[in-house]
Amino acid sequence: MAADMRRSVQRGVVYLVLVLAAGFFLLPLVAMVFTSLKTMPEITGGAGFETATILSPPRLWSFEAWGLAWSSACIAVACEGLRGYFWNSILLVVFAVSISVALGAVNGYVLSKWRFRGDSIIFGMLLFGCFIPFQIVLIPMARLLGLLDLAGTLGGLVLVHVCYGIPFTTLFFRNFYVTVPDELIAAGRMDGAGFWQIFTIILVPISWPIFVVAIIWQFTNVWNDFLFGASFAGPDTRPLMVALNNLVNTSTGTKAYNVDMAGAMIAALPTMLVYIVGGRYFLRGLTSGAVKG
Amino acid sequence: MRFFKARLPQLTLLPSLVLVAVSVYGFIALTFVISLTRSRMLPRFDRWEGFDNYARVWSHPRWEVAVENFAIFGLLYIGGTLVIGLGLAILLDQKIRAEGALRTIYLYPMALSFIVTGVAWQWLMSPDLGLQHAFRTWGWESFSFDWITQSEMAIYCVVIAGAWQASGFVMALFLAALRGINTEIISAARMDGASGPAIYWHIIIPALRPAFLTAIVVQGHLSIKSYDLVVALTRGGPGFATELPSTFMYEFTFSRNEMAMGAASAVMMLVLLTVLIVPYLYSELRHGR
Amino acid sequence: MASLSIDRVTKRFGATEVLHEVSIDIEAGDFLVLVGPSGCGKSTLLNMIAGLTELSGGEIRLADRRIDGLEPKARNIAMVFQSYALYPAMTVEKNIAFPLRMAGMDKAAQAAKVAEVAELLQIGHLLKRKPAALSGGQRQRVAMGRALVRDPRLFLFDEPLSNLDAKLRVDMRTEIKRLHQRLGTTIVYVTHDQVEAMTMATKIAVMEGGAVQQFGTPAEIYDRPANRFVATFMGSPAMNLVKGRVRDGAFVAQGAAAAAAGELRLPLPRGTVPLAEGREIELGLRPEWISTEAGPGSVPFAARVELIEPTGPDIYAMLEAAGQSLVARLPARAGLREKTEAALHLDMAQAVVFDPETGASLMAP
Repeated sequence: MAADMRRSVQRGVVYLVLVLAAGFFLLPLVAMVFTSLKTMPEITGGAGFETATILSPPRLWSFEAWGLAWSSACIAVACEGLRGYFWNSILLVVFAVSISVALGAVNGYVLSKWRFRGDSIIFGMLLFGCFIPFQIVLIPMARLLGLLDLAGTLGGLVLVHVCYGIPFTTLFFRNFYVTVPDELIAAGRMDGAGFWQIFTIILVPISWPIFVVAIIWQFTNVWNDFLFGASFAGPDTRPLMVALNNLVNTSTGTKAYNVDMAGAMIAALPTMLVYIVGGRYFLRGLTSGAVKG
Repeated sequence: MRFFKARLPQLTLLPSLVLVAVSVYGFIALTFVISLTRSRMLPRFDRWEGFDNYARVWSHPRWEVAVENFAIFGLLYIGGTLVIGLGLAILLDQKIRAEGALRTIYLYPMALSFIVTGVAWQWLMSPDLGLQHAFRTWGWESFSFDWITQSEMAIYCVVIAGAWQASGFVMALFLAALRGINTEIISAARMDGASGPAIYWHIIIPALRPAFLTAIVVQGHLSIKSYDLVVALTRGGPGFATELPSTFMYEFTFSRNEMAMGAASAVMMLVLLTVLIVPYLYSELRHGR
Repeated sequence: MASLSIDRVTKRFGATEVLHEVSIDIEAGDFLVLVGPSGCGKSTLLNMIAGLTELSGGEIRLADRRIDGLEPKARNIAMVFQSYALYPAMTVEKNIAFPLRMAGMDKAAQAAKVAEVAELLQIGHLLKRKPAALSGGQRQRVAMGRALVRDPRLFLFDEPLSNLDAKLRVDMRTEIKRLHQRLGTTIVYVTHDQVEAMTMATKIAVMEGGAVQQFGTPAEIYDRPANRFVATFMGSPAMNLVKGRVRDGAFVAQGAAAAAAGELRLPLPRGTVPLAEGREIELGLRPEWISTEAGPGSVPFAARVELIEPTGPDIYAMLEAAGQSLVARLPARAGLREKTEAALHLDMAQAVVFDPETGASLMAP
C-alpha cells in the first residue's frame, strides 16, 4: 500500500512538472493570440476592462487587428500591411529552398557514393560552412551583390540563402546516403544505369525522409531569417521578418499591440504549420543522422 | 569528352564548391583583410593598420559589455537549455500519457523565428501591460518583473526568451538518444541491483554523451551568432545593456561606418566559434566513415 | 557463356597490395568458387571482374576479349549481391526489368523476358510486390532473376547465401547448382563457406593473403591440398596436424609429452617426396580417416577419448594419443565413451605431409 501511494505521488509530481512546463511554453503563444484578437481599450485596461490582463481571453472578439496587420498597417513609410512582404518571403523560400536542396542532394550523393581522393576534406570544408557566424561574411557579401548588380533584389537574397544553405543540405543528404548500401549503386552500374540514372531512378525515390528534413530545415531557416534580409534586401524586396521587426519597432504614433501580435502570428503561422504537419518526420530524419556516432 | 565523362561526379560538385569557396572561405579572408585596413563606410585597401582595429575594439566600452553579456548569455543559455531539455526528456520518457501532445507543445517554439520570439517576450515582459501587470491585477500587488527595463537585468530576459525557444529542440535530441539506448543494458543494470536514480546517473546519462556534444555545439553556435533575438526583444537596450558581439558588429559596420572595426569584431566571433567547432567537426568526420 | 581468364591481376590500395598477381583460367560453363577467409581478396577480385573496382595491374579476358577497362555495363556481366541490392522503390517486376529498361528494350519484350525468368524461378506471384514485402529467400530469387534476365555471358555471385538461415541456405545451394546445370552458364561465386565451395563448384580457387593458394577441382583441393592453409581451411572438422620427425623412414610424433606417453609412430604416406633422416615434418590427417575398424593399409593406434560431440549421424571425438590432440569423425554407432581408452585405426593411404616452416605440401605432384 505504502509503495503504491509513493508511486502515485511520484507519477503525480511528474505530470505536474510536465504540465507546468507546457504552461510555460504556451505562455507567449497564448498572449500573442489573445492580444491579437482584442481591441486596444481591452489591452490597455481602458474603461470597462479594468480586470483584463495579457493572459485573459478576449471579451470582445475582434479580427480587426489581423486585417490591419495584413493589409494596412504602416511599416516605415508605406501603409500597406505585411501582405507584400509575405509574398516576398514566399518567393524567396520557393527558390532558395528548391535550389539549395537540389544541390545538397547531388552533393550528398557524390560525397557518399562516388568517393574519390580528398572527398572527406571537401566534405569537411563544406561542413565548416554550417558553423560560421554569418557576421563574418556580411561585408564582402554586400560588396559582391553590388558588383553583380544584385544588391537589394530578391535574386541576390536567394543567392545568399543558397550559398549558406548548401552546407546544411549537403550534410543531411550525405549522412543519409551513407546509410544506403553501396551494393545498390554497384547493382545499378552492373545493370547499365549511369550516374544520373542511379540517382534519379534508384536513390531519389527512397530519399523522401531526408528530403522532408532538408526542406523543413531550409524552409524554417530562410523564412525565419532576419540578418540577411535586413542587410541585403531593398525596400520592395524585404522579407516578412524584417517587415515585422519594423512594424513592431516603429516608434511613431500609439503602439497598436494587437496589430503587432497579429503580425507576429502571421509571420509565425507558416513555419508552425510546417512543423505540425511534418515535424514528426523531421525529428525522425534529423536525429537519425545527428545523434549517431 | 572522355575526361569529362570519367569525372562527372566530381564535376557535379563544382558549382556548390565554387559557391562555398567564395562565400565562405573567400569572404572570411576578405573580412580579415578589411579588418587590417582603415575602411570606414566602404572597404579601402590603401592604408594598412595591422591589428590596430582589434586593439580599438577591445578597448571600446561597448565591446567590453558585449563580451561580458556574451559570457552570461552563452553560459546560461547553453546550461539552461541542457538542464530543461534533459529534464523534460527524462520525464517524458516515463511512459507519459499525452506524450505526443506535450512534445509538440515543447517543440513548437523551434518553428518560430527569433524575431517572433523577441516580439512575444517583449510583450510579456513589458512592466506596464505584461506579466507584472497581470499578476498585480490578480491581486499579487507586490509582484515585480521589470527586468527588461533594468540595465543590470535585461540580459537575463534575453536568456529566458532564448531558452524558451531552444529547450524543446534539446529535449528532442535527448529524447531520441534515450530511446536509442539498448534496453538490455538497463535490464542488466537492474539485475545487478541498480536503483532508478543510479541507473540514470551511471548508465543512461553517460550514454547520452553524443547528444550532449551535439546540443552544446548547436546551442553554442546559436548563442554566438544570435542577433535577431536581441534586436527584436531589447534592441540592444536599455542603452547598450544587452549588447552582444553580433549587435556590436552590425552597429559598427552599418550604422557607425566603422567597417574595419566591425570586420575585426566579426573575425573574433569566428575565432571563438572555431575553438568550439573544430573538435566537433574532427570527431564527426572520424565517426562518419 | 564464355571462358574467363584472369591474368596476373594485382590490386593496390595506396601502399598496401591486397592482390598479388592472381591468375585463374576457367572454361565456358565452369562454376568457379573463390573461397577464403574474410580479407583474403576474393571480393575485391570479384568486383574487378564486375568492373566495380579498377585493376592496378594484369588483365581480365572474357571469351578471349579484354574487358578490364570497360565500364561495368559494357561487359555483359550480371551480379547477385550479398544484400541482394534490390531497388527498394521498385516492384519485383520493375527490379527484374531494370537492366532491360536501361538497355533500351521495348516494353513488350521486357514483359516477355520478365515473365520467362519469373516462371523459371517460380516468383510469378511476387511480381507486384516491393522488396520490403519479401522474405529473405524470395529476395534472393528476385536478385537472381534480375541477373538472369539479360542472358549475360558471366554470372557473379557475392556471398549470396550468407544472409539466409541454415535450412534455406542448403535449399538455395541446390537450386543454384541445378540452375547452373540447366543453363550451363559460366559462374564466379564468392564465399567464405568451404561447404558451399565443395558442393557447388566445378573449379575452386582457395585464396588467402591476396594470393591463390590452390586452384583445382573440388576433389583435387580436398585430397591433394597444396599447402597447410588449404588443408585446414577446407573440411570440417579441420584436418589434424601432427608435428614430428622422419626417423628410420617413418614418422615419429614430437614433444616431451609424446616421449612420456609412449611414441606415436606412423609409416610415411605413399607419394611423399624423398625426405632426409631427422627432418622435421608435419603430418596432416583428416578426422574421417580415423576409424574403430581396421581396413586395408590402416595402422592401429591407442588413444584416450576426452570428449564427444554428437552431431546426429556422426560424432566428433576429441582424442589424446601419445601426447597429441586429434579429432576423429566417427559413425555415431561406433560406441566410444568419454574418458576411456580406445583402440583405433588410421587410414594412412591419403595422409599428407607438410613442411612445418613454409606449410608447403611435401607430396610428389
